[in-house]
Amino acid sequence: MSSQDDKKNAEGIGTTGHEWDGIEEWNNPLPRWWLWTFYATILWGVIYTIAYPAWPLVNKATAGFLGYSTRAEVAEQIAEVDAQNAELRTALAEADLTAISENAALQNYAVQGGAAVFRANCSQCHGSGAAGVQAAGYPNLLDDDWLWGGTIDEIAYTVANGIRNEQSPDSHWSEMPAYGRDEILSDEEIGQVVHYVLQISGQEHDAAKAGPGEELFLNECSGCHMEDGMGDPTQGAPNLTDAIWLYGGTEATLTETVTNARFGVMPAWSEEWRAAGGLDQSEINAVAAYVHQLGGGQ
Amino acid sequence: MSSSETPSLYAAREPVFPRRVSGKFRTGKWVIMLITLGIYYLSPWIRWDRGPNLPDQAILVDLANRRFFFFWIEIWPHEFYFIAGLLIMAGLGLFLFTSAMGRVWCGYTCPQTVWTDLFILTERWVEGDRNARVKLWKQKWSFRKARLRVTKWIIWALIGLATGGAWVFYFTDAPTLAVNLVTGQAHPIAYTTMAVLALTTVLFGGFAREQVCIYMCPWPRIQAAMMDEDTITIGYRDWRGEPRGKHRKAEGAELLGDCIDCNACVNVCPMGIDIRDGQQLACITCGLCIDACDDVMAKIGKPRGLVDYLALTDEARERQGQPAKPVWQHVFRPRTILYTALWSLVGVALLVALFIRSEIDLTVAPIRNPVYVTLSDGTIRNTYDLRLRNKHGEDRPFRISVKGDPALRIQLEGTPYESVNVPADETKLQRVYVMAPRNSDPAILDRTDIRFWVEDLANGDRVYKDSVFNGTGQ
Repeated sequence: MSSQDDKKNAEGIGTTGHEWDGIEEWNNPLPRWWLWTFYATILWGVIYTIAYPAWPLVNKATAGFLGYSTRAEVAEQIAEVDAQNAELRTALAEADLTAISENAALQNYAVQGGAAVFRANCSQCHGSGAAGVQAAGYPNLLDDDWLWGGTIDEIAYTVANGIRNEQSPDSHWSEMPAYGRDEILSDEEIGQVVHYVLQISGQEHDAAKAGPGEELFLNECSGCHMEDGMGDPTQGAPNLTDAIWLYGGTEATLTETVTNARFGVMPAWSEEWRAAGGLDQSEINAVAAYVHQLGGGQ
Repeated sequence: MSSSETPSLYAAREPVFPRRVSGKFRTGKWVIMLITLGIYYLSPWIRWDRGPNLPDQAILVDLANRRFFFFWIEIWPHEFYFIAGLLIMAGLGLFLFTSAMGRVWCGYTCPQTVWTDLFILTERWVEGDRNARVKLWKQKWSFRKARLRVTKWIIWALIGLATGGAWVFYFTDAPTLAVNLVTGQAHPIAYTTMAVLALTTVLFGGFAREQVCIYMCPWPRIQAAMMDEDTITIGYRDWRGEPRGKHRKAEGAELLGDCIDCNACVNVCPMGIDIRDGQQLACITCGLCIDACDDVMAKIGKPRGLVDYLALTDEARERQGQPAKPVWQHVFRPRTILYTALWSLVGVALLVALFIRSEIDLTVAPIRNPVYVTLSDGTIRNTYDLRLRNKHGEDRPFRISVKGDPALRIQLEGTPYESVNVPADETKLQRVYVMAPRNSDPAILDRTDIRFWVEDLANGDRVYKDSVFNGTGQ
């Protein structure tokens, strides 16, 4: 036995009474406050599970008599932020959009809010990065080419009323004839027009076809796409001379377009034209401000 | 106690009434207490002029603006590695001191020790020294006892309040907060923090004391791994002191050791232990028992050091009649030198990092959705989000440029210029377009390495970040 053991014996410190294979355990008692702390935590645990949501049941958990819920807390915080932003919201709804970038606070609020509106409502077609779907009819909103105009007011109008829809009487509307399907032009003539378009957009083309194609273009197409092929945003007629193609700029896709035409649609987002899920004026302005500053706004 | 009945596994706390003691270690502890408490209570009040746009508090943890100010140093959130480095240094420092000098941290500088010392001091002022306190404790409640207890508790509460109060001053402008606290206009969090800290201070310093060290603190357990036979701890020279006994001539005093069993070492111990039982878990090596014993030895005309700072190897040497090794030979050994080297390495690295860090900072996040945009004239455009950090105390104009291919052009969102103004001590998010004309190299290549340069037009400071320009790859 060590001197420590002797001392413990001398002081009358017993063992705990536990013995394992001849090994006994000295009784070094814990302080009693530790025990009470332990009981206090148990008591705390019981009260906590009564006061707060705790026990899982079949469908949900017990609610707790304090009625606390993190979800309700979040809702409260959102309501609080909304209340704080009420003034900005009103200002945004009534704002002169062309001057919005001069008001840094309003512009910031519009762009941040617009980004959220865009993600929720627009990204399904235009993509989360607003790049659209190349050559599939969902326009890229990042570039400098706009079918119906790229000023902030024009963007807001397009968002509110949409394109070629039955919802808004004010929606953008134009329709390209299906030159092939409706037998307005023969296949050969379509080929000539297509090669003329390839020529004016600076691509490889057959000059023998493009020559007669020019006259066909002036007769059939220039009413909307203009004589120089630069298009007309008031009619949603795309510029055929640039590098951007909504449905593709190859011979095959152009032939398809001229033969069967295209009919791209966009819903009207104003709550005026939608039973549910519409955007109010401040949201329309916000998303217009967001799209306008993506890099292509005019 | 008979072994047949089961003993209780729990015991009430034995109150400890440390006696007043004086000596060199006690004096050292007073000085350290003065310095540490002085630093803690006073440093939020030191002012430091950083210009009109920045706070003038020398030490400030500005959580709302995510800044940490320490005199001339300002730490931004992305420089948090400085704090991590300091924590590593603190850890290594503790290892160093523990392996060299045992629980010197516990005995002298641990907040629990310092505040407990302060609470015992006030207790002594109010209730008297050990004997008076023991007597008072045994007394039944009387008016006098109640008066003394209430006085003591009020002083403790005030100390606790000051402690919690000083804490919140580190997080906001101290003079403003002090006025707000008094006039009741401070944020509820400030009051709550103060109340919680006041409560824990009184609880730990006034009532729990040695219980915190023995039962709550993990450090005593960890320390065992850092101590070895050369570590200096407090030891009792039992080869000199035993057999102990009262020195009365009639009882054969010449057979007794130097220890006269006066219990002076036990009575002064704030942990309530008997150091003559040997090194033990509860000992925080504060040295007060050494002071007490030296005092007694001087009175009975024996040499000092019956209880002393010793290493385990000293015992073996002294038992063989050799003198103990000098302290420096215990302290300087490979282990402590290694700890010192590591500690210094981290310290030097932090200092170097501190001095070479730029006052402007740039991060570049390329927009990869989509990787590029074709414009109507065939130009290929990439977009980048640049975060410009101006760590100056004043607004700065930053010019942004891009290098990598002569064909590349740059355009800043929202401005026709190539420079932007970044407000003092702020981060500005600036979207930047980089464009390559149709059929130029970067437009055709899959990728082109580029480098963004940001130049502070006010003083010519500049930094760069590398990125990539994505072309069509055709």
